[in-house]
Amino acid sequence: MGDEVLFQINNVAKHFEKAKQKISIFTGLSMSINKGDFLAIMGPSGSGKSTLLNMLGGVDRPSSGDILFNGQAINTLSEGQLARWRADHVGFIFQSYNLMPMLNAARNVELPLLLKNLPAAQRKKNVQAALTLVDLQERAKHLPSELSGGQQQRVAIARAIVSDPDLLLCDEPTGDLDRATAIEILEILQLLNKDFGKTIIMVTHDPQAAKYAKRNLHLDKGFFVEKDLVV
Amino acid sequence: MNDPYLVIKNLTRNKLRLSFNSFAILIAFFIFGVLGALNSAFNAGIELSADDRLVVVNKINFTQPMPIAYVNKIRAIKGVNQVTHANWFGAYHQDQRKMIVAFAVDPTTYLKVYSDFLLADEQYKSWLNDRQGMVVGERLANAKGWKVGDLVPISSNIFSKVDGSHVWDMRVSGILKGKDKQADTNFLIFHYKYFIETQTFGSDWIGWVALTTDHPSLNETVARSIDKQFANSAYETETSTEKQFNKAFIEQLGSIGLIISSVVFAAFFTILLLVGNSMATSVRERTREIAVMKTLGFQAPRVFGMILSESLMLSLFGGLVGLGLACYTVTVVSAMPELRTMLPNLVLSGSIVLQAVFYMIVLGLLTGILPAVRAMRLNTIEALSRG
Repeated sequence: MGDEVLFQINNVAKHFEKAKQKISIFTGLSMSINKGDFLAIMGPSGSGKSTLLNMLGGVDRPSSGDILFNGQAINTLSEGQLARWRADHVGFIFQSYNLMPMLNAARNVELPLLLKNLPAAQRKKNVQAALTLVDLQERAKHLPSELSGGQQQRVAIARAIVSDPDLLLCDEPTGDLDRATAIEILEILQLLNKDFGKTIIMVTHDPQAAKYAKRNLHLDKGFFVEKDLVV
Repeated sequence: MNDPYLVIKNLTRNKLRLSFNSFAILIAFFIFGVLGALNSAFNAGIELSADDRLVVVNKINFTQPMPIAYVNKIRAIKGVNQVTHANWFGAYHQDQRKMIVAFAVDPTTYLKVYSDFLLADEQYKSWLNDRQGMVVGERLANAKGWKVGDLVPISSNIFSKVDGSHVWDMRVSGILKGKDKQADTNFLIFHYKYFIETQTFGSDWIGWVALTTDHPSLNETVARSIDKQFANSAYETETSTEKQFNKAFIEQLGSIGLIISSVVFAAFFTILLLVGNSMATSVRERTREIAVMKTLGFQAPRVFGMILSESLMLSLFGGLVGLGLACYTVTVVSAMPELRTMLPNLVLSGSIVLQAVFYMIVLGLLTGILPAVRAMRLNTIEALSRG
């Protein structure tokens, strides 16, 4: 599984216009990510880490080049097709959790399952399994405001994995957490990668967090520099 | 959990805002319901007017009399089918403040022209044979508790008898029912001869003539012929359809429809701005959540539908409660004896309810469409990066 390519990024460029000036973030970025990889992307602010993550998640599109997922170019899909693709293949974990404040933990986790044609009983079972995996089954009925930051991020992880996606995209998942809680979250991510075979791509500023990944890439001035492997 | 659950959760997350918005909508539809019922009560007579019935009144105005000889002259005009005449009596029973609608009529012809009322044959015969007999509409009889055979003193605040009294003793000969349930039966009719021969005001004159034509298509020609016949006489006439006559009578009170439309329009316009602004704020506050939903895979049309459902639900909730309250108010008010006499058809009809629901949907769509379009077009990346 480790050598099977999940993402192939071919000559991707991204630029945008600001005050009538064309600003390039990447010009000709190429790389591949294998299934089962746990990749940490680091780099200074403005280097395009989050832009790249958004493009891999089908939220943003490259200006040119191709992004192939299992051999299929996702950058050519329509908005509707991309939305379906995200629902089927990608779990998102954000820095600031982004839970729905009016829904309790279980309902937040259930949210992506509304995009699947599953009966209520099956959804409930999946939600319980996801909450158990992040050790929050006893907090299922709590609103986000009644949970700590670490607990909220665990709910966000449960939401990301509840529909069993191939890929987890994490944007600074420990950025708002203290060290001890950050380690808990990173250990859960590591578990999801090792025991459940999830491919994880994590953007982080934190070198300690990056150590939990199998592969570290440093993005700078539009190019990747591969760092040491941490297992 | 499903989409309606999410819509309700979003709608109820800010209880204070929900209360204010619902209350504003509630008030608008309460006003709409009550004024709508009032309008249809005023217009009931117009709606129930027969198509082939014409009314001939004195051209000066309908309170001025006309000679009774006009009846036969009108009967002779081509296209005229049945003719009758009536006088306003200005009646009351015991309490002068509680007016009764009473007409002195020709009993042999009146129900031929007003064939939309039903009177049992034996009661009709009994009435014809009793000079002091009167026929009472079902609603008035029920309100007063009068039964066939009762002798009732009916007074007039306009006329007096030769002996100086204002009271005419009348016997209930029959109870008149409307063929249409909405028909106004809050009146009584009695013999013209009994009235004209006992009062001091003069004889051989009538208040107005009512007639039916052979076909509604002849109405205009017949009306023109009648007015032409009496042109340049001492008592010129003005002939109109019953519908026009009733409408003109109602419009003496002012254009109720225009007043109601203006009030309702002002209320709706204000509510539209208030609720529209509130919905826009509510959705703007949720920009990041909407972006997250779209990132998870919720498609733009689904997000659009959810926001629009929210405003529709708000409008229907507030509106239906307001309409329910209006229905209760109208029911209570219409049961009051004084108002039952004045506005016998005061009801919140199905058509008003349907109109109100239509306006609730329009209000919901108008207040939700802009926020829903914004949510649908939301740039996910920008919204997520706003922090």
